[in-house]
Amino acid sequence: MQISVYRFDPDKDEPPRMEDVELDLPEGRDLMVLDVLELLKAQDPSIAYRRSCREGVCGSDGINMNGRNGLACITPVSEAAPRGKLTLRPLPGLPVVRDLVVDMSQFYRQYEKITPWLVNDTPPPAQERLQMPEEREKLNGLYECILCACCSTACPSFWWNPDKFVGPAGLLQAYRFLADSRDTATAERLAALEDPFSVFRCRGIMNCVSVCPKGLNPTRAIGKIRTMLLSQGI
Amino acid sequence: MVINVGSLGRSGLRDFVLQRVSAVVLGLYGLCITGFFATTPAMDHGALVGFMDSVTMKVFTTLAVVSLAMHAWVGMWTVGTDYIRRHYFGRGHTVYLAVYQLVCLGTIFVYVLWPLSVVWRLGGLAA
Repeated sequence: MQISVYRFDPDKDEPPRMEDVELDLPEGRDLMVLDVLELLKAQDPSIAYRRSCREGVCGSDGINMNGRNGLACITPVSEAAPRGKLTLRPLPGLPVVRDLVVDMSQFYRQYEKITPWLVNDTPPPAQERLQMPEEREKLNGLYECILCACCSTACPSFWWNPDKFVGPAGLLQAYRFLADSRDTATAERLAALEDPFSVFRCRGIMNCVSVCPKGLNPTRAIGKIRTMLLSQGI
Repeated sequence: MVINVGSLGRSGLRDFVLQRVSAVVLGLYGLCITGFFATTPAMDHGALVGFMDSVTMKVFTTLAVVSLAMHAWVGMWTVGTDYIRRHYFGRGHTVYLAVYQLVCLGTIFVYVLWPLSVVWRLGGLAA
């Protein structure tokens, strides 16, 4: 199989380049892209990428495969490269540390902005803060995010304003806490999102929905935040 | 809360509502004009002046022009803050952004005054 990999080594004074590699894949098996990366690394140990759980839980191996972001460990080669040539690049829009490894600092700064923890100033109960099943139900489709950054780095609004627009991953989590019946900081959370950039830079392009490896819908969550802001504003 | 030098103290929510309300006004105005053209068999300058010369149409046209101006300003401001960034223009990007915004505001101002001056002088033009 023909594979083209993005290569960049900051220790060498060379611009980034695409390296073409010919790789023999075992016949009769549809490998995952991560398996291909492992085979590549066996050939050339200098290639760098992140990986950990290899089953779509940790979110470490988010990369761009033939122009589409996804997790290498749960993306079959047949799906990523139906025409036979596999092109691997780092997630777009973030600074490259080396090869397929990106600097996620900006992504985490945006995540930190939305206060990603439960805020409740009332005295804690003896055991735990209870929820009704229907209140818990509201968190489905939100809490499952693994922060792989596939969505935010597929978002043109995030590419344009990575320092101001929170991005789909951060906003999905913002709504996760806004929707949580145990959280009491709704007004403060909404006030922090009311500026023209944090939420309102979303143009509904929906790349985030298209690439999310967990099948989540950040655009819907952003729409709900806007509705909450509107309700509060009126 | 993002505080940006080019944001001119604006609110994202206010812009969001403004764009949608102005879009509805423009949609209604478009329907009104289309309806007039569709139901007027002999369209000429006289028929058009006659239609636009009523106070209702003058007020509606003023509302549509102002809506278009507000809609355009929010849109152009957004485009400007997307593309005129430090990443592309360096440290002086705020100067470029200010010039861009002034040009946009000036252009929009002219595009408001021009049609309104025509519409509110219609009676005089017909005479």
